[in-house]
Amino acid sequence: MSDSDAIKKVSIICAHGGLDEVYPALILANGARMEGIEATLFFTFFGLNAIMKKKVDNLKVATVGNPSLNLAMPMLGMPITWPFPTLMGAIPGVSNFATYLMKNEMEKLDIPPVSEFLEMIHDAGGEIYACKLAMDMFKLTRDDLVDPVDAVLTVGEFYEKSAGATVLFT
Amino acid sequence: MATREIAGVTLDFDEDGYLSDASAWNETIAAELAKEEGLETLTERHFQVINFMRQEFEANGTGPSIRRLTKASGVPTKELYQLFPGGPAKKAARIAGIKKPHGCI
Repeated sequence: MSDSDAIKKVSIICAHGGLDEVYPALILANGARMEGIEATLFFTFFGLNAIMKKKVDNLKVATVGNPSLNLAMPMLGMPITWPFPTLMGAIPGVSNFATYLMKNEMEKLDIPPVSEFLEMIHDAGGEIYACKLAMDMFKLTRDDLVDPVDAVLTVGEFYEKSAGATVLFT
Repeated sequence: MATREIAGVTLDFDEDGYLSDASAWNETIAAELAKEEGLETLTERHFQVINFMRQEFEANGTGPSIRRLTKASGVPTKELYQLFPGGPAKKAARIAGIKKPHGCI
């Protein structure tokens, strides 16, 4: 790969707020900074949960209607191909428990909690933005968001910030 | 594998351009490798990171993650990126004479 082909900037859009939906965006952004690639994160719609003070370290894994949970079955001592019964997932506390198991595994791999991850990315020079329209829709203000958030942007402003970037939707 | 002479010593480098044998490393070699990475001088703070990386490598056979680096080396994330602009984990590992880090965090 020649230098001109190398990715120099990424702009990552995070539109979902499940634990498993937020981490890929954070890992991609942090990994980019580690490689010296510029990184911008844009949180919109339910993705706003990931940067909301009240929710940031309380994101959950969906245990209802999630056909991919089989991958986590070994954490319960079951075969990796077994589906997680969606009816069981509806029992109160099950989503919390699945989330707990997953966070446990992540900590072992040195993956930080979401709030710490956002600070890390911000300190590494990554930029973190919230979508204005989604903020208006959910009646949120800047004060509802964690400190590492740089600004609330319109879509147009987001594209301006993304000039020259590879845009990724997670 | 490539062999090059740095600071009067003949050294082996792996295909990623990292020193093959971490024990062949010394601070003069570090200074030369730093120049190749665009760092003219290595300060005490650089060496705090470099020495920590070498300790971790010796203990675990691999360099630390950025998170571990910032939590345990005493150098915060922001400063780490200032000390080694354009990719601290890889740059610091190369200057520290250890293998290319393979972590994602």
